[in-house]
Amino acid sequence: MPTVCMKVNGEDVTGEVEGRTLLVEFLRSHLGLTGTHVGCDTSQCGACVVHVDGKAIKSCATLALACEGSHVTTIEGLAKDGNLHPMQEAFRDNHALQCGFCTPGMIMAGIDIVERNGRTLSEATIRHELDGNMCRCTGYHNIVKAIQAAAAKMAAE
Amino acid sequence: MYDFAYHRPATLADAVELLKNAEDGQLMSGGMTLVPTMKQRLASPSDIIDLSGLKNSGIKVTKTKVTVQAGTSHAEVAANEDLRKAIPALAALAGDIGDPHVRNKGTIGGSIANNDPAADYPAAVVALNATVITSKRKIPAEKFFEGLFETALARDEIVTAVEFAIPERAGYAKFPNPASRYAMVGVFVADFGTEVRVAVTGAGACVFRHKAMEKALKSDFSRDAAASVKTEIKAFNSDIHASAEYRAHLVGVMAGRAVATAK
Repeated sequence: MPTVCMKVNGEDVTGEVEGRTLLVEFLRSHLGLTGTHVGCDTSQCGACVVHVDGKAIKSCATLALACEGSHVTTIEGLAKDGNLHPMQEAFRDNHALQCGFCTPGMIMAGIDIVERNGRTLSEATIRHELDGNMCRCTGYHNIVKAIQAAAAKMAAE
Repeated sequence: MYDFAYHRPATLADAVELLKNAEDGQLMSGGMTLVPTMKQRLASPSDIIDLSGLKNSGIKVTKTKVTVQAGTSHAEVAANEDLRKAIPALAALAGDIGDPHVRNKGTIGGSIANNDPAADYPAAVVALNATVITSKRKIPAEKFFEGLFETALARDEIVTAVEFAIPERAGYAKFPNPASRYAMVGVFVADFGTEVRVAVTGAGACVFRHKAMEKALKSDFSRDAAASVKTEIKAFNSDIHASAEYRAHLVGVMAGRAVATAK
């Protein structure tokens, strides 16, 4: 079986995978990083969003082998020294989750939205940018509020 | 998904060689269509030749042309400042494909080589009188798209870039399927001064030029002129989302919106 090497949350990892092994399977089954979720498995819901080389992508539609040599960040890699990332903090403060299944993808997408669009974000921009992430509990309202709050916090840092 | 041998060549020549030698080889660019298709077992190639190793992305803008390398992602096309100034409608089209995560991976080369009947890019490629540059030759847009998922590409031919002509003004409007975000109908209008070109995607089996609409817009580039053109229903798509008649009606409405936003 082919071997794949990448950096996940700052650590070098190596694993034997099949050609068809998806990045999300590699993260969850090989590395035990089960924070990244598989929701729809059809590239619709965004529960599997991680960052590869700084860009948000759907890890259920990405081959593990295609990430050879890449830097991958998952939800597990966000908190530093026991402190939550401002986006995680904002999701908690704004009650931006109910069942929590979509949350890892929402948070990874939220950070990507802030990184790409600057730190003063309109509600309309956030709603448009959340096109690739589905939540079946919250009605999105508090997720939008959380991303807006985190953007302001990230700007201050 | 059935297993396959995975290859990630670093040069175009190696990619062509791998494709020639594979029993049932399939090129992959961003994989945003291909991976889900393989997951559904609608495709089961023996070999995947991943073109991301070619690092063939980038955008070049001159006075008359915009050249986009085949491996350029939709997100890069949407965000490129020079391209946004030269052909704002093309940047806007790319910025509305799929969702942000899909746009970070999906590429222009992959999109046009796949030629999905409801994809956005083919409309821009045809309306903007583009030239598709491949590992073998240059193909004019209208000769490139041949039918449902069919292109003029030979089995061992790889798209390397797309060269767009810069119009005086252009606009694109689509009626997206709310679930898949693919165009139920998308219309790209491009005014070159000497001619107006209109390309329609999503309505039929393959992108096509709308000659009657072009004629009407040539004499009057307005929303009303677009709305006044009756679209002939020639083997239009008809499914649970929209009938052929509904799609034909949408062509006029989307053309009107494209004209109204053209710049």
